[in-house]
Amino acid sequence: MSGIVSLAFAPGFFSSAPVRSAVVAGGVVAIVSAVVGVFTVMRGQSFAGHALSDMGTTGGSGAFLVGVSPLWGFVTVSVAAVAAMELIGIRRPRGRDVSTGIVFGAALGLAALFLYWDTTVKNASGAAMTILFGSLFTVSASTVPVVVVLASLSLALVFALFRPLLLSSVSPDLAAARRVPVRLVGIGYLLAMAVAVSLAAYTIGAILSTALLVGPAAAAMRLTKSPWATLVLATLLGTAATLVGIVLAYDSYGWPPAGHGWPVSFFVVTLVFTFYLLAGVPELRRARGDRLPADRRVGERGIARGAGKRGES
Amino acid sequence: MRGSRAATVEDSAAALPAEVLAVDRVSVRIRGRAVLDDVSFTIHESELTGLIGSNGAGKTTLFRVILGLTRPCAGRVSIEGGGLSRTNPLVGYVPQKIGLDADLPLRARDLVGLGLDGHRFGFALPSKARRQLVENALEGVDAGRFADARVGTLSGGEQQRVMIAYALVSRPRLLLLDEPLANLDLRSEQEVVELLSLVAREQRVAVLISAHEMNPLLPVMDRVVYLAGGRAASGTTAEVVRPEVLSHLYGHHVDVLHVHGRIIVVAGPSLGSAEAMRAEEADAAADEDT
Repeated sequence: MSGIVSLAFAPGFFSSAPVRSAVVAGGVVAIVSAVVGVFTVMRGQSFAGHALSDMGTTGGSGAFLVGVSPLWGFVTVSVAAVAAMELIGIRRPRGRDVSTGIVFGAALGLAALFLYWDTTVKNASGAAMTILFGSLFTVSASTVPVVVVLASLSLALVFALFRPLLLSSVSPDLAAARRVPVRLVGIGYLLAMAVAVSLAAYTIGAILSTALLVGPAAAAMRLTKSPWATLVLATLLGTAATLVGIVLAYDSYGWPPAGHGWPVSFFVVTLVFTFYLLAGVPELRRARGDRLPADRRVGERGIARGAGKRGES
Repeated sequence: MRGSRAATVEDSAAALPAEVLAVDRVSVRIRGRAVLDDVSFTIHESELTGLIGSNGAGKTTLFRVILGLTRPCAGRVSIEGGGLSRTNPLVGYVPQKIGLDADLPLRARDLVGLGLDGHRFGFALPSKARRQLVENALEGVDAGRFADARVGTLSGGEQQRVMIAYALVSRPRLLLLDEPLANLDLRSEQEVVELLSLVAREQRVAVLISAHEMNPLLPVMDRVVYLAGGRAASGTTAEVVRPEVLSHLYGHHVDVLHVHGRIIVVAGPSLGSAEAMRAEEADAAADEDT
């Protein structure tokens, strides 16, 4: 037994302070990303999610310049970005995509400047690497409580909005007819997403945060039929990827080429991707076995079904 | 107050069932264009009313006014004698097409659950009473056997049943359905129409169905509200679907043909014979543009 444990966990894993911070921060961020991500996927807002975290890069790199934790930079800028996108106009899906793209381009331009100053003026040569690709092992013990508080706020907002958010994600028309303030609910959700994405950007990197946001949710959706089942499974998958990623990264200190440890984010994102691929297996087998799942063969079958059903083969 | 409303063609009916919806001289202008012009009608408990009109006649706008989403520039809508309240628990609404993806993790029973309390903040704690209400609503539309399937994977007719359960689960007095028969094959169309007629009588709700084609509704429709050019005429089919009434609405001469139990509305000579031919060929009523 202890043999297996020592095989999986390199010596010192359980007594290392950075590991402890990484496990707490990583676990909490994985949970909030997965929950928020389920709605991101349902609402088709993956692009907005990715844009928010890329825009956060501006804040993260700016924070480096003035010497505060990049976390604050990420949060401030992505929350401000939500407001900016909202002001520019996101009534129509296409307008939303365009306004997101424009704000996001401008922000990344600034990020390029800040990262350049970080490395030249401040001599922080690792800044770009840390901001873009994150590093759970550099999360300081003092920021862990901040991570937990922000994550709780984001989760609380999502659960407070739960039913109207689900209804307006299913159909804005249905929600509006029930007098749900669809636009306000949407803004509230974007704020929760901005916080979740900032946390993910801080811990696993601005560029990789989308994987943690969307990946577990998308994998869970392939395997479950109800919103709650999806939420629970997405949370489990996200947390598992993060925790196993931390263990593997810790183990990798003894691996080639440099004996320097591979990036945690690499492991987390690779695991998320693997889960997503594996989640597609039952679907593939069903498609190959018989073309319709059993519950589709009972009941009346429309002959002239006008509505094209995507993703059904 | 249920004062007697100024009605156009419906004075004949003296002993009507309880009035649920009264639309009283409603006019709506959108960007200067009159979409609805002095529209009045009432609809009643346990009755099925067809709201008939071609595309662009103002059917959806009228629904939006009844739902309180569009404010009329004149006139007033009252439900059960009162004005439109903020949350509108008295009205159940099925929009035209909600287009659900097959990969959306939402079972039929989840959607019906949202019909119960989807507008409330927070999340619903599972309870026996809640589950029972959802179950009853699904059974009521004969949708029990696909209650656990993802809504997006159901056929058009099955989805329509689930949507009706969604709208009925909160026990509204008025059920609005926007083009519920669009995109259905003939058999599902018939089943949905029969289901709605049954729902109206058994649950004693007033049902208002919009359609651009009145024939599928003829066997079950108690009354008709015919919209053309933003104006409306209402009453029984025999009262409304007559050349005199419809010609007045359209502002030009139309003929009403009865062929094998179907009704075909054909534009008169003023619109040119090509148009009339097309309408006849299409064997679909009320399809001409104004």
